[in-house]
Amino acid sequence: MPPIVQVRNLTKQFGDFTAVDGISFDIRQGEILGLLGPNGAGKTTTIQMLLGLITPTAGSIRMFGLDLTTHREEILQQVNFSSTYISMPFSLTVEENLRVVARLYGLANVERRIDDVVKKLEMDSFRGKLTRRLSSGQMTRLTLAKAILTEPKILFLDEPTASLDPDIAHKTRGLLREIRAATGLTMLYTSHNMREMEEMSDRIIFLQRGKIVAEGTAEEIVTRFGQSDLEEVFLKLAREQEQFSGKGR
Amino acid sequence: MKLHRITALITRHLYLYRRSLPRLMEIFYWPFLDLVVWGFITVYLTRFQGQLPGVITFFLGALILWDVLFRSQQGITISFLEEIWARNLMNLFASPLKPSEFLAATMAMSVFKVTAVSCVMIVCALLFYSYNVFVIGLWLLPFVLNLIVAGWIIGVLTTSLIMRFGQEAEVLAWGMVFLFQPISCVFYPMDVLPGWLKALAWANPAAHVFEGMRGVLNHAVPPLTNLAWATGLNLFYLVVMIAWFHHTFNVCKERGLLVRVGE
Repeated sequence: MPPIVQVRNLTKQFGDFTAVDGISFDIRQGEILGLLGPNGAGKTTTIQMLLGLITPTAGSIRMFGLDLTTHREEILQQVNFSSTYISMPFSLTVEENLRVVARLYGLANVERRIDDVVKKLEMDSFRGKLTRRLSSGQMTRLTLAKAILTEPKILFLDEPTASLDPDIAHKTRGLLREIRAATGLTMLYTSHNMREMEEMSDRIIFLQRGKIVAEGTAEEIVTRFGQSDLEEVFLKLAREQEQFSGKGR
Repeated sequence: MKLHRITALITRHLYLYRRSLPRLMEIFYWPFLDLVVWGFITVYLTRFQGQLPGVITFFLGALILWDVLFRSQQGITISFLEEIWARNLMNLFASPLKPSEFLAATMAMSVFKVTAVSCVMIVCALLFYSYNVFVIGLWLLPFVLNLIVAGWIIGVLTTSLIMRFGQEAEVLAWGMVFLFQPISCVFYPMDVLPGWLKALAWANPAAHVFEGMRGVLNHAVPPLTNLAWATGLNLFYLVVMIAWFHHTFNVCKERGLLVRVGE
């Protein structure tokens, strides 16, 4: 079976700065691919290019065998994302926001789907609350709810559990794995929590200064860098990037 | 274009209007205040009725029609700003929503806003100043439609500039339309303008609408020429502006500005 996501020689330059530097990778259906790297490594830019929000300088992105530049609408209908760094209209209630998303994607059985997602993410206590009154953890759950409401085939998750308490974060990871097991959902996952990355990812790509510097399972990467765990690898690469940036100044 | 995506955005804005006092003030309070101030000026000017015949019809009629243009522009620009303020642009443009559908939704919101504001102003003008805007007659309909389109053109231009230059350009949402006011000849005929400004006014569809309205009120010949100019110019500018919006959208995606516009 061909990969569900195919990225080839993806490059993004902003003036003289190269944010993403010729990366290529595949994601197989049902796989959870972790994208790791220090701040400024190019993770968010990569996700934004995969979502069609930023136009690549070079390279290609194919999902479901279709090119993103020519089949944007068909692809994005089956894709969704969640990030700690986004928000939703503040003056709408949680439920109203979900209704708008449902209509945007042209979903059927809206009531059932909303009830279902609210129950799964334990949002019953605040489904009628105005979005501006949500705590950061509740807001994260709302953005996650809007992402899974549309029952996507591919989900991009940029630090999806960053502001959740350990209990909800644990439940959320469990829920995502459950959805994957039931529907074959494919995920691209970023997090600064190394334990979470090890727990969630089938495979990890390490980015540094826009380039892929390592790819494999968490164990393979740890072994390759001769460190004791993923966190040590992260620290080593982050400090190298810091030194490089310092020299560049 | 998919209707459900357009109605999704309209629903989102209607939810917002339902419980937001500042947004309701935009529809009810500010137009009412405009009408009160200009209404009193007009009442004062009626004392010189001999020198200025039909002054009430000119001023209050012009004011109501100017508000059509202004609110039409605001309907587009403020709808875009709402998405920036809510940090919602990423959610929208990472969905299958097309820029053309986004524009269509803002245009629909603009029509909603114009309708609501016009109702408020027409009723208030009738109650407080016994002024009936319908004295303009059937000509009112094509004039209003042209003003709505002229508002869209300025709205799309302003939205493109905000998208391209970010929050520092936000102030244009309220100021841009007033750049066009002197050459729209809202309260005075085009004849009073100096030659070079008259040339600019000729290129402005709104100026032909207001000239036409004065023609109707003066019972001069039917303002078919004004209507034709206004419609022709509007269609030309609308096509240019929509192309410009799409171009700006692509430039913003190229430079990564779309994801940073609200920061």
